[in-house]
Amino acid sequence: MKRFKYSEVTPEKIYNNRRSFIKNLGLAAGSMLVGSNLFTSADATTNKDELKLTDYRYVTTYNNYYEFGTGKSDPVERSQKFNTKPWDIVIDGEVENPITLSMEEITEMFPSEERIYKLRCVEGWSMVIPWQGFPLNKILKKVLPTSKAKFVKFISVLDPEQMIGQRFPILDWPYKEGLRIDEAMHDLTILVTGLYGKKLPNQNGSPLRLMVPWKYGFKSSKAIVNIKLVEKMPTSSWMKASPNEYGFYSNVNPRVDHPRWSQATERVIGGGIISPRIPTIMFNGYGDEVASLYTGMDLKKYF
Amino acid sequence: MRSYFKPSVFVLSTIPFFLITYKIFFNKLGPEPVKEITHFTGEWTLIFICLTLSMSPLKRFTNFIFWVKIRRMLGLFVFFYATLHLLTYVVIDYRFDWQQITDDVIKKKYIFIGFAAWVLLIPLVLTSSQKMIIVLKHNWKKLHKLIYVIAIFGSLHYIWLSKTIFFKPMLYFVIITVLLILRINFRGIFNK
Repeated sequence: MKRFKYSEVTPEKIYNNRRSFIKNLGLAAGSMLVGSNLFTSADATTNKDELKLTDYRYVTTYNNYYEFGTGKSDPVERSQKFNTKPWDIVIDGEVENPITLSMEEITEMFPSEERIYKLRCVEGWSMVIPWQGFPLNKILKKVLPTSKAKFVKFISVLDPEQMIGQRFPILDWPYKEGLRIDEAMHDLTILVTGLYGKKLPNQNGSPLRLMVPWKYGFKSSKAIVNIKLVEKMPTSSWMKASPNEYGFYSNVNPRVDHPRWSQATERVIGGGIISPRIPTIMFNGYGDEVASLYTGMDLKKYF
Repeated sequence: MRSYFKPSVFVLSTIPFFLITYKIFFNKLGPEPVKEITHFTGEWTLIFICLTLSMSPLKRFTNFIFWVKIRRMLGLFVFFYATLHLLTYVVIDYRFDWQQITDDVIKKKYIFIGFAAWVLLIPLVLTSSQKMIIVLKHNWKKLHKLIYVIAIFGSLHYIWLSKTIFFKPMLYFVIITVLLILRINFRGIFNK
């Protein structure tokens, strides 16, 4: 079982009784949170910070969401009036049953569950966030992908009227991302509708975003309007912006540096000034679940 | 009146230092405190580079001599904030992890160029006194043109460490470029 309910382990419990949190984690989720490495490797002080849920205020005020600006506080400051109603999501491409679903239909059809995932940003910081969502494969199975469906392309909303960042050529708008079909079908890959038991805040990608915990954060598209199954590998907005820096896979990998900075360590958000960098773990700690997807692949080449 | 000018500039220049000290002691640094200190001291280094480079154009445009009188002090503040920036990286962020630090300096171009800029500041600091101006004579002026290289390095450092040039890295690049262009003697070029 790779389920771990936020409601079962409240933040207060975590802060007050970290020991039982770790125990619960071990029992309830096995390697779900950050993989078995976490519990065996490194020293105890490192693990403490890693296991702590990141404060709600940090999760919702420290965001990379260039549609609203390149500053970390731009998204929270500029997205509050962002209108997400009505919102339709088109699922089409190499499928037998293309459909268009409203957000209301989606929340009705796919009951959300709680998942605590670690988010590792390509910039070298991480958060631990309790998400609400459902596996992407549930929605993909509904549309019956054909044999030509080798990749999934995610297209985010294009709305420069409401999104000031889209009025500048920061990236190739609308934001585009992609996964290989087996990555998309993986049970850890979820579509997110909420966090911390609340409706997904605008600055975190409301109304619907992706969360792929073993990849760098930018792979997890926000405000998705179109999920397209395709035959050829899609070019993401970041690949287009800088092909030698951002690859299609972008799996968290401490041994493959970003060309301009190291990926060996990360800072834990909310850890404070005295908390040290912690070592970054292969596949962000989800190696037990996902390493088999990449058997035989040279991950330095396919970064 | 004039005698208050220099001390006032000195006091004003220390404000960023006291501001960041206050933020550290009162826990006002936000979600990523170490990055906040690094960015704060780095940005103020760039601001002081821009201020230092603005003084001689200002003198030219306003005909007031006091701009150049505070130039040395502003230049020394560049070194002050650059050193705080470097120390944040070495002491607070990487905690004297020399292997990681040397690795970064050698392999990562933004760290290399940032470090190079700091090293280039040292000869300027050492020769900043009135006495050294006399000792070095016309070489002093040549040597201190290094600030142009340092300014370019500083701007590139910011561009290379950022995921995108939008918007602040571009802003500093434009300001520094304009300040350097102002120094080109166009009359001299056209009269040739």
